[in-house]
Amino acid sequence: MFSEYTTEELQNIFMMQGFSGLSLFSVLLLMGLGLALIFGQMGVINMAHGEFMALGAYTVYFCSTLTEQYAPAFGPYYFICAIGIAFLVCALVGALVEFLMIRHLYHRPLDTLLATWGLSLIMQQTYRSLFGAREVTPTLPEWLMGSFNLKEGLDIPINGVFVLCLALLVTFVMILFMYKSKFGLRLRATVQNRKMSSAVGINTGKVDRVAFSLGCGIAGIAGAAFTTIGSTGPDSGSRYIVDAFLVVVFGGAANMLGCVASAFGIAQAQSILEFFLEGTKGKVATLLVIVVALMLRPQGLFPSKVRGH
Amino acid sequence: MAFFRTLFKTRGEAVSFACFALLILVILPLALPVFRLNLVGKYLSYGFVGIGLVLLWGRCGILSLGQGVFFGLGGYCMAMFLKLEASDPVTTAIQSTPGIPDFMDWNQLTALPKFWEPFHSFPFTVLAIFVVPGLVAFLIGWAMFRRRVGGVYFAIITQAIALILSLGIDGNQGYTGGRNGITDLRTLMGWDIRSEHAQQVLYFICVLLLLGSALFAKYIINTRFGRVLMAVRDQEERVRFSGYDVAMIRTFTFTVAAMLAGLGGALFVLQVGFMSPSLIGIVPSIELVIFAAVGGRLSVVGAMVGCLLVNFSKSAFSEAYPDLWLYLMGGTFIAVVMFFPDGLAGLFTKWGTIKNRAAALLARFRPASATTPNASQPAK
Repeated sequence: MFSEYTTEELQNIFMMQGFSGLSLFSVLLLMGLGLALIFGQMGVINMAHGEFMALGAYTVYFCSTLTEQYAPAFGPYYFICAIGIAFLVCALVGALVEFLMIRHLYHRPLDTLLATWGLSLIMQQTYRSLFGAREVTPTLPEWLMGSFNLKEGLDIPINGVFVLCLALLVTFVMILFMYKSKFGLRLRATVQNRKMSSAVGINTGKVDRVAFSLGCGIAGIAGAAFTTIGSTGPDSGSRYIVDAFLVVVFGGAANMLGCVASAFGIAQAQSILEFFLEGTKGKVATLLVIVVALMLRPQGLFPSKVRGH
Repeated sequence: MAFFRTLFKTRGEAVSFACFALLILVILPLALPVFRLNLVGKYLSYGFVGIGLVLLWGRCGILSLGQGVFFGLGGYCMAMFLKLEASDPVTTAIQSTPGIPDFMDWNQLTALPKFWEPFHSFPFTVLAIFVVPGLVAFLIGWAMFRRRVGGVYFAIITQAIALILSLGIDGNQGYTGGRNGITDLRTLMGWDIRSEHAQQVLYFICVLLLLGSALFAKYIINTRFGRVLMAVRDQEERVRFSGYDVAMIRTFTFTVAAMLAGLGGALFVLQVGFMSPSLIGIVPSIELVIFAAVGGRLSVVGAMVGCLLVNFSKSAFSEAYPDLWLYLMGGTFIAVVMFFPDGLAGLFTKWGTIKNRAAALLARFRPASATTPNASQPAK
């Protein structure tokens, strides 16, 4: 499959596809980070995670429409605020969902899967009723358009660079938060031994709620990032849900760095294979490799070394 | 008599099974026109998956989100046989390569792919309907249960497999018919399966096989093996320490459930007349789980009733209120999972407790200063 290209062409193809893979990597990483909190740390299978991503994307779209209508002068800057708003909206909805539904199901992890799937149906239909079945795109500010021209036949789009930086920033903040803050300490303690944490005075119920809404908030940021590279429809989120779960499981559930590594591997493999194999075959090949790898090594790439429970 | 006792532990079980058998064997065929009966037959072919899920999920505690895979594999085996019969050289004479299925011709294939060849034979096809899903399930189950992968991880990986298979079939149009699936199936060994009479006969074949499978599942559940299954679900470590091979027990159950799903898929194809990847992917696989959950994951009859009920309300509601349907379905599902984890069948068996609770609740709201002497009586 490589023989029909010259070496230089191959090099450019790899650079281009590799870079478009980086955009996919950013979205998968942000989705995966949220899931790593919700699924990896708390053991809740949130099938509606994709819908939270779509919620973030729709929030950005809504902000964009509002800005255009009422404050066109604010246009170049609204996107930064919209990311924050998307985070807040998703975190709030997440907290509500945790309070009404998830907190009653912590001792039945398989049932959280089914209940959140019901939730995802409802959320999808809500988007369809509110925003229509057609895909929408927010108006992006000028500075996100265009591309850097590195050399002949090689263009790097600015929005891709922006999304990548955003994803890396969020990852960095998350790692700081998990390993350097008081709350991160409480969260890790709760994950390792819930009863003991409760006994030493940690409010585990509150920890759960904050962790869940934080995970949903990060999904919201993923949605905001997603708007810069694709258009949003009611079922945009559900297209990424399996990939996101595989990122988390393949990376080793609770491990943040594993999550980064597996998101990178999955995204790059998909993006580069997509160019050489037609249609969905690239995706099928990637998924197949991951599933076989998980069957042989169920603990993932970087299993966490602490004992659970 | 002893065998009868193995099948039905209580009188209630026997009565509910008999009522359901009466409903689908006598009442529905008498009451419904053939078109509707054919729809019921389609829903009942999901019932096979439901029975498998009762064994696998309800009794053994393994949730598979990839039952659509096995349903699809069984269905595709049947569809390949029927498609080969429908594309004999005479009817396909106008194609550039006569004698191969039409979609292959459209995709510039000039010869039948190797893996299609054996599906010329009916006995092979019948065998394949059981063996192909069973073998796939055995390999997946053996690889994963031996490494003690279970619960949540198993669910996610089976879901990924469902996605892989549906995308894979979708992407290889020349070999599988692609997104449209295998359509335009006409005859089974020269017998026109689209006629009204054939649809009636197929309905009864489906019902008899379904009832047979249900009895088989009940047999498994009520023998000693069924008790071990439940023990694996509730206390995996203790069962392992008692010397049972937990991985093998799980693999066996998963394989049985997959074979049942494959049979269901084959009967689906015979009654509906097509097979496509849209019946395999993530959403249909989860829907199959929903049917079983609504009906009751612990009860064989409950799961079959669940398939009928959810599908009936789906076709009724989604025709009348397409927007409301998804809200209703999502809402019902959340409610079932949160408040009635054992589904309708659970409500049925707990009817006594519910009645007492409801009476107690009503009594609480009754005004304390009621004039009737009865109301003040319990206060003493």
